[in-house]
Amino acid sequence: MQIIAQIAFLIVLVAGIAFFTRNIRRVIRNVKLGRKVDRSDNPGERFAKMARVALGQSKMVKKPFAGFLHIIVYLGFIIINIEVLEIIIDGVFGTHRILSFLGFGYNFLIGSFEILALMVLLGVTIFWLRRNVSNIYRFLGNELKGWPKNDANYILYFEMVLMILFLTMNAADYQLQLNGADHYAQNAGIAGSFPISQYLLPWFEGFSNATLIIIERTTWWLHIVGILIFLNYLYYSKHLHILLAFPNVYLSKLTPQGKFDNLEAVTNEVKLMMDPDADPYAMPAEGAEDEAPEKFGASDVVDLNQVQLLNAYTCTECGRCTAECPANQTGKKLSPRKVMMDTRDRLEEVGNIINEKGSFEDDGKQLLDNYILREELWACTTCNACVEACPIGIDPLSIILDMRRYLVMEQSAAPLDLANAMTNIENNGAPWPYNQMDRLNWANEN
Amino acid sequence: MAEVIKVPTMAEYMAEGKKPEILFWVGCMGSFDDRAKKVTKAFVKLLHEAKVDFAVLGTEESCNGDPAKRAGNEFLFQMQAATNIEVLNGYEIKKVVTACPHCFNTLKNEYPALGGNYEVMHHTTFLKSLLEEGRLKVEGGKFKGKRITFHDPCYLGRANNVYEAPRDLLRKLEVELVEMRKCKSNGFCCGAGGGQMFKEPEPGNKEVNIERTEQAMEVKPDIIAAGCPFCNTMMTDGVKGKNQEGTIEVMDVAEMIANAHDL
Repeated sequence: MQIIAQIAFLIVLVAGIAFFTRNIRRVIRNVKLGRKVDRSDNPGERFAKMARVALGQSKMVKKPFAGFLHIIVYLGFIIINIEVLEIIIDGVFGTHRILSFLGFGYNFLIGSFEILALMVLLGVTIFWLRRNVSNIYRFLGNELKGWPKNDANYILYFEMVLMILFLTMNAADYQLQLNGADHYAQNAGIAGSFPISQYLLPWFEGFSNATLIIIERTTWWLHIVGILIFLNYLYYSKHLHILLAFPNVYLSKLTPQGKFDNLEAVTNEVKLMMDPDADPYAMPAEGAEDEAPEKFGASDVVDLNQVQLLNAYTCTECGRCTAECPANQTGKKLSPRKVMMDTRDRLEEVGNIINEKGSFEDDGKQLLDNYILREELWACTTCNACVEACPIGIDPLSIILDMRRYLVMEQSAAPLDLANAMTNIENNGAPWPYNQMDRLNWANEN
Repeated sequence: MAEVIKVPTMAEYMAEGKKPEILFWVGCMGSFDDRAKKVTKAFVKLLHEAKVDFAVLGTEESCNGDPAKRAGNEFLFQMQAATNIEVLNGYEIKKVVTACPHCFNTLKNEYPALGGNYEVMHHTTFLKSLLEEGRLKVEGGKFKGKRITFHDPCYLGRANNVYEAPRDLLRKLEVELVEMRKCKSNGFCCGAGGGQMFKEPEPGNKEVNIERTEQAMEVKPDIIAAGCPFCNTMMTDGVKGKNQEGTIEVMDVAEMIANAHDL
């Protein structure tokens, strides 16, 4: 009997991890559809930023209440995973509380897991209330209707159920140890400390050991299978951030927020135009004619760079960006969160085509117009509030800018007033139709 | 002020075989916009007062390219940059000071990769350094005790982490400095950046500058201090839109210092 359980556990474990690995490989493949971007500079500074922002949650606490709750759930997640390690060993080898030889240290660990489990339970309950009962602006956005809203709630339900299972499991285990049941009772006394689950014991009053074992085994299995399901749910969910927040922060921009990249292809063109010795009829350099003509800016996800695509998978849809966006705050269509969600949705769509057909085939859709509207793009003031607000280093502004570049340089589709201002800059060196020769007039005016 | 202030150009300096301590990059707003020209003149008066050896490019200056770049016209931006860099490098410019955070950001961050390497300063940072060197005195005068709130320009604050220089200057004016709900890294845009200044806003339920003006009005200031000609215009319009032009003034930090000096 025991050996069958061990084999069943191994199968479930391997299947869960294999499926997870397949999905993570898909994420990596999809991110690699983007243009290469070099972020190999300053590894020391990048590690420090990752430690501060991702590991240390330094930007989460900018909203102290939500930040505090998040840190509890985050700590609970990390620390309770130590317990998962023991569960896996016990599952594979059919042992019981294998780490209990640690003695007092073990009791301390299990005790603190229990306290954390209760705090996580409280934390996610408050999160649920904030999302579903309080009228918090950033949880009411249009882009959060339907799946994104359900997704957020599923995660919270999942965490609640896992914590309840964990505490119930411990309670049944504790009772079995007190009863001196075979396999459960230890020579050295009680293994573990149960500061929270001990209060569940009255519920088991009069239960036979056989019943208690059924309860303990059921909750043990549900707990570990639940964790494996949750692990595999990540890929389909905004919850992927628990893994990607780290590389995402590491690869985020280190330069001042106001510094936008200079398109290199344009630099080369401009140099040619400015160079009086350049021969406009010169033969292109060898091999150059084979290269596809450079596309300026982005109209679909494959035109974006890999960090931008990683950003999209990392986005937790918390909406702190949108809550700070001046365009969004004044009722305009732009929502930086929606830009990230659209990018992810479109990237998934492109990825699914590749899964089905082996390579990408044009499906007549693209990120621009089918997902992100021009009206959204033109509402941006490039103020960087969204970038500053993101707790995990996502840069929605860079996507907006790349899409504007496509609109202006590939389609000449700037709004008329803006196009006029650009013509003025080109002709007069100022956005208004003033004469360049009048630039110093102010010095002679009273 | 009746007399015309002397504003030397780089060409004049070059002709005399001299090099100025700084190049004052005036910017399109500072050159052409009636409101911003007052800031330009106020800053020039402070430069005179502090005996700073400065010059402007005058008719050789051109748009730095910020609105074009942020609207997506990278070609136009790089053409502007290439032309400006040629002029600046031709004069062997080392240090640039500007009263426009958009010019400041572009020259400081985006020109180096295109061959333009200069020490670029916002005028508030430069004025602060003059103060610290004892070349310029800043004291209360008519602003003593007035309630002032500083509106952080996105391209000075968030974009380049300059938050304290303008505030330090305001404190020297012995004002009562009050902060808006959204300030410093959480500051709220005036609504003009990214080319918005030159186009109609997208449909919504409010203009960005009105929202920001309302945020400023919450702290009941006598003056909204600005450090950017775009912000200055947007906030002035906002104050007018809220019929507050009798009670709230919008002034650049440099203007306030010049006014306190009665320049």
